[in-house]
Amino acid sequence: MNSPVAWLQLVLYVAALLLITKPLGLYLVQVLDPQGRTWLDRFVRPFERLTYRVCGIDPAREQGWLGYTVSLLVFSVVGLLLTYVVLRFQDHLPLNPQHFPGLSSHLAFNTAVSFTTNTNWQSYGGETTMSYFSQMVALTLHNFTSAAVGIAVAAALVRGLARQSAKTLGNFWADTVRVTYYLLVPLSLVLALVLVSQGMIQNFHAYTAAKTLESGAVQTIAQGPVASQVAIKMLGTNGGGFFNANAAHPFENPTPLSNFLQMLAIFSIPSALTYYLGRVVKNQRHGWAVWSAMALMFLAGVFVAWRAEAVGNPIHQKAGLAVADGNLEGKEVRFGVFNSALFATITTDASCGAVNAMHDSFTPLGGLVPLFNIQTGEVIFGGVGAGLYGMLIFVVLAVFIAGLMVGRTPEYLGKKIEAYDVKLVMLVLMVLAAALLGSTAWASVSTWGQAGLNNAGPHGFSEILYAYSSSVGNNGSAFAGLTANPADGNPHYNTTLAFAMLVGRFLMIVPILALAGNLASKRLIPASAGTFRTEGATFVVLLIGTVLLVGALTHLPALAIGPVVEHYLMHAGTLF
Amino acid sequence: MNSFLAQLRTAALLTLVLTVLLCGAYPLVVFAGAQLAFPAKANGSLITDATGTVRGSALLAQLFTSAGYFHPRPSAAGNGYDAANSSGTNLGPTSQKLADAITAAVTAYRAENQLAADVAVPADAVTSSASGLDPHISIANARLQAARVATARHLPPATVAALIAAHTEDRDLSVFGEPRVNVLLLNLALDQAR
Repeated sequence: MNSPVAWLQLVLYVAALLLITKPLGLYLVQVLDPQGRTWLDRFVRPFERLTYRVCGIDPAREQGWLGYTVSLLVFSVVGLLLTYVVLRFQDHLPLNPQHFPGLSSHLAFNTAVSFTTNTNWQSYGGETTMSYFSQMVALTLHNFTSAAVGIAVAAALVRGLARQSAKTLGNFWADTVRVTYYLLVPLSLVLALVLVSQGMIQNFHAYTAAKTLESGAVQTIAQGPVASQVAIKMLGTNGGGFFNANAAHPFENPTPLSNFLQMLAIFSIPSALTYYLGRVVKNQRHGWAVWSAMALMFLAGVFVAWRAEAVGNPIHQKAGLAVADGNLEGKEVRFGVFNSALFATITTDASCGAVNAMHDSFTPLGGLVPLFNIQTGEVIFGGVGAGLYGMLIFVVLAVFIAGLMVGRTPEYLGKKIEAYDVKLVMLVLMVLAAALLGSTAWASVSTWGQAGLNNAGPHGFSEILYAYSSSVGNNGSAFAGLTANPADGNPHYNTTLAFAMLVGRFLMIVPILALAGNLASKRLIPASAGTFRTEGATFVVLLIGTVLLVGALTHLPALAIGPVVEHYLMHAGTLF
Repeated sequence: MNSFLAQLRTAALLTLVLTVLLCGAYPLVVFAGAQLAFPAKANGSLITDATGTVRGSALLAQLFTSAGYFHPRPSAAGNGYDAANSSGTNLGPTSQKLADAITAAVTAYRAENQLAADVAVPADAVTSSASGLDPHISIANARLQAARVATARHLPPATVAALIAAHTEDRDLSVFGEPRVNVLLLNLALDQAR
């Protein structure tokens, strides 16, 4: 951590993020208002109108929370089925130059769920499994739509806070279409081309056979339409890679500059959504308070992971490794220790899950940071939309706790927080924790669970814990040594992980939309001297405390028998 | 029920429209732009020799074992440097297998480069990269291999050192990432220096 250049990179990253938050947030305000005006209207409006006409959508017809929820679920199920069918029958579809067979039923199910839920856990290896058609159609479709749906839910919740005595939250179809057309597609187009300028590939060739320099042996080089998929993979915090090695693959992340832009893309929309929140509820300082809480937790994670990786592994150093180099196992030279630790923190603060280094080979504490980030609910900027609505769950909880402390009915932005609201919040938190820890426990004691491990000892347990944390959290990164798709075809991992992803996505979204509907129906109470202020340092500290307290109380026992004990064993020189 | 069917119809039609737009038009526009503006990069930064044969990609490591070439980092991609099956070892910090592999690699690295037993080995030289295709090594690693390469090729050490310097990539914009040496490009230059 004594490299001034690394510190400069961190400063530049935070500065760039800060710089785009307001303009992108203001843009989001226009995008998420069906009557909003943007400078892209002239090009995009005709497509938007045509889409409404073809699909029979009336953007002015608002929906209540239940209608909004039903539309969202129906849309998700249709997309899931389409993806499942494409993956199963990719051998009968075009653009399959390597003649890959159709996927097994459980792998296709796992993958379809994975992309529908914005998780993008990869039970498969991209370049060894997926045809170009599957990548472009089955997977990229959800990169856009699952991101748009997440943003739509966040917008519905924010509207629920801002409106009073209202019955509706907006039109799900219009929100989804507008987010896709005005926000995701234009940004992706620009980002994709910039990434190609760095060396990212975008072609439809069959794999290239190269004659290697020294021996003349054939090296088969995977190709494909990578850039178009990677741009939205990052902007939509999806994270599912074109290649097995994801953003560590030189074709998927060719330079440190492409790496910087991808990291910025992950946080850009989630960060802008906090500005959107402030603007819509007419309390910009509240938006910035939420942003600050996120930024502080982000930096704390970076410092822990960075330091752990820079200190490295004493076992390997005793074998003769240069101590100053830190831990480079599973990392790329062009990124080094700092950019690998930074990327790992960002991708798990958000529910992205792309990786530019193998988290499985991180030091125990370096691997604990991504794991804990996921377990606290990915509310540190978080997934697009999902980060904001996840954080607002904690805000409601923090306000409730503050209300209990001073003995007043808690209020949030002029809305009374009552028993029903707190019950919904607790429902979300408890269902997710139970799904995560329950399925981890089940896999840990099962033959099929242990059969998939790549590492023994506490690290093996960490692999299982990470897998279910990642799927319930809809993250998608992995301790990738875990084989969820074994050669003997045992479907347990694929199936249980898929259900964990469904629980993590929809048992979160439905209660949140119910909460949004209930908040929208309430009257606004004018602020008084006794109102707990949701801006300023006190609130930021309380919010961070709530996130950490809930996360720690729920997950410390499991972390203790995984990465924490492994940390001490590593320093004692114990091997498994 | 009617309203549910209407929702289903909207969902199906919207999925269809979005599929055409996002999975057809969007990647094709990127494809057209990429092929027009950056054709070499969009097709994999491939390196061809005088006969037009593809010898590799400037972005991907390939296997080098002989003394006269610089060696890339160890690879866990497929059976090693498999550019159609990228992967790291995914072995954890307390893995016996990983510790054994690193110990063996350290011994081999010191032996082939004639280093004393107490010389610290650059970490990148004995650890596997994340993709198994990392095209780069650290500058320290390249310098430690330089004497071996110069001897095997009967080249003056200064020539090899100059080639390393010429193929050292600085941090992007002098800020981002790490300085590094591209192994394949350096080895190609060595062949041409002969």
